[in-house]
Amino acid sequence: MAKSNGTFVSVLVGARDWVDARFPLMKIWNEHLAKYYAPKNFNFWYFFGAFALLVLGIQVVTGIWLTMNYKPSAEEAFASVEYIMRDVEWGWLIRYMHSTGASAFFIVIYLHMFRALLYGSYKKPRELLWLSGMALYLLLMGEAFFGYLLPWGQMSYWGAQVIISLFGALPIIGEDLSLWIRGDFVVSDVTLNRFFALHVIAFPLLILGLVGFHILALHEVGSNNPDGIDIKKNKNADGIPVDGIPFHPYYTVKDLMGAVVFLIFFFAVVFFTPEMKIPGTQGLFLESANFIQANPLQTPEHIAPVWYFTPFYAILRAVPSQLGGVIAMGLAVNLFLLLPWLDRSPVRSFRYRGRNYRIALALFVISFIVLGWLGLQVVTPVYTWMSRFFTVIYFLFFLLMPFYTALDKDKTVPDRVTN
Amino acid sequence: MNFFELFVKLVLVIFVIPSYEVFATSNSKLMHMEVDLSNQQSLQRGAKVFVNYCQSCHSANYMRYNRIGEDLDIAEDILKENLIFSEDKVGDVMSISMKKKDSANFFGVTPPDLSVIARSRGPDWLYTYLHTFYIDESRPFGVNNLTYKDTAMPHVLWELQGFQQLVNTGKRGAVYYKPTYKNSLELITPGLQSEKEYDATLRDLVNYLVYMGEPIKLKRKKIGFWVIFYLSILFVITYMLKRDYWRDIH
Repeated sequence: MAKSNGTFVSVLVGARDWVDARFPLMKIWNEHLAKYYAPKNFNFWYFFGAFALLVLGIQVVTGIWLTMNYKPSAEEAFASVEYIMRDVEWGWLIRYMHSTGASAFFIVIYLHMFRALLYGSYKKPRELLWLSGMALYLLLMGEAFFGYLLPWGQMSYWGAQVIISLFGALPIIGEDLSLWIRGDFVVSDVTLNRFFALHVIAFPLLILGLVGFHILALHEVGSNNPDGIDIKKNKNADGIPVDGIPFHPYYTVKDLMGAVVFLIFFFAVVFFTPEMKIPGTQGLFLESANFIQANPLQTPEHIAPVWYFTPFYAILRAVPSQLGGVIAMGLAVNLFLLLPWLDRSPVRSFRYRGRNYRIALALFVISFIVLGWLGLQVVTPVYTWMSRFFTVIYFLFFLLMPFYTALDKDKTVPDRVTN
Repeated sequence: MNFFELFVKLVLVIFVIPSYEVFATSNSKLMHMEVDLSNQQSLQRGAKVFVNYCQSCHSANYMRYNRIGEDLDIAEDILKENLIFSEDKVGDVMSISMKKKDSANFFGVTPPDLSVIARSRGPDWLYTYLHTFYIDESRPFGVNNLTYKDTAMPHVLWELQGFQQLVNTGKRGAVYYKPTYKNSLELITPGLQSEKEYDATLRDLVNYLVYMGEPIKLKRKKIGFWVIFYLSILFVITYMLKRDYWRDIH
């Protein structure tokens, strides 16, 4: 028994060495896992990068299986989704995993971004890491937008109609641009076909490539940590950071445990409330209006985007002029890009920052959540004024950042990580 | 105008009139029913009501007869005898022979496919809608609906429910009250069923519509329970693994 086991292992080792002589297998393994030293004080917030990778995997795999039965045509799309839900073996599970995965992706990414705001992960030398992450976020928004049209329900159709028409508000090129995106004068079969192509090929390729870039950039500069300390400044005789531990096995086993907890929450939604029907909503993950086939002749009473776009939708509606709204919305999404240069504080982590940044961040999070809620509601004068108020706070977080961070009374940062 | 009068009018303006407005839209408080998908007999009865009354005009193009047979434990011969009235085979979907163009001519609109109607409208809306037809001679089929004003649908279940009349909403004698779906209608011509029996029929039908909207709903939560159970065990194992590896990290 022991002998045959030994033979089996030696065959595996032999195969590894055979590959390694022809491909940098062990080099990659060591650089990115076994000898990649990550700070030992990662906390709860540091799970979300791994979760994002996990959800990406779920979306790619379930997406491939959905594509096997989905039909990208205005005539057949809606029916083919119901076919998947009923007649394809386990099709309902694949579809619910994909629809829940879309929302889970944004929850994970928003928390991942919030982590960067908490611990100043965007600051030097991680600016490019942050920019690539933001580019991923923008791609993810596009991916979600294209994917949402595919079930060809009323909300799919009219949501796309509204969002594409926003481009029409831009001066001079607006009308031509929205026509170019749609490929038709209204959202139609042509639009559905091209969105399908973008959703299943173009954007996934871009996202996968950029995820590779994001991870390489991370491993070049090294991970930040809850104390915002540079662990590379404090190395032992072997050149290993004293506060660092190899990613594998320490963080692979920790992330494995985290992934199981994530999956418990994920599948609780998939199996028990795939529509995420919270009272007062139409269903946050799957909207009830989307169970009516798209009808170009009948506008639904209430058009709202999916929850992950609603903070920006609320900002759009808060501005009286349409062009102004579109500009404000574009700015609201893209101002994140400037964070590494807007933040003047020498300290990364909020643990050692002064009162100014803590208050500003708290107000920003509140305004983001309230705007998200407002974006789901039917417009009333009171809600419009609330949207305006929180839109102003949202923008002040960015625009005043150079001042309040420069004036902040930061605390002394310790030399070693704390537990 | 004295102060008291002003006060009464203000109260009316603030509390009563808005309720009329709310009433006119579809957002007013619907009658509620508990959906019970574990009640197989109710689902079977509901399926029968569906094929007898709804399926003359409404298709369910995503639903197959034999899926109903499988899920609701109906043998194939009983299925053929009781639920399939056309030339359809048991493996066919519940389509209808009425052409869309014809039905649009008859009713003004094509009756919608009902496969996923419970997922778009929700059970409470369907339950309330089917309860609230009333006589209105100004409409093409002589009936109107409180839940869905000027609906194009005739009162298909009239022989079961009978006919209801709209009673003066919001005011009875000198008493103002908030109109609800229930107290706004009065049965004037009884049908084959008592009010209680008709209510039970609607509950069966809506139960069935909810099932038809998502057949896997019968099993989904049961499977989910085992998935979560298995993941919980896996969590304990991965937690112990992590703890063991991290023992020497301080």
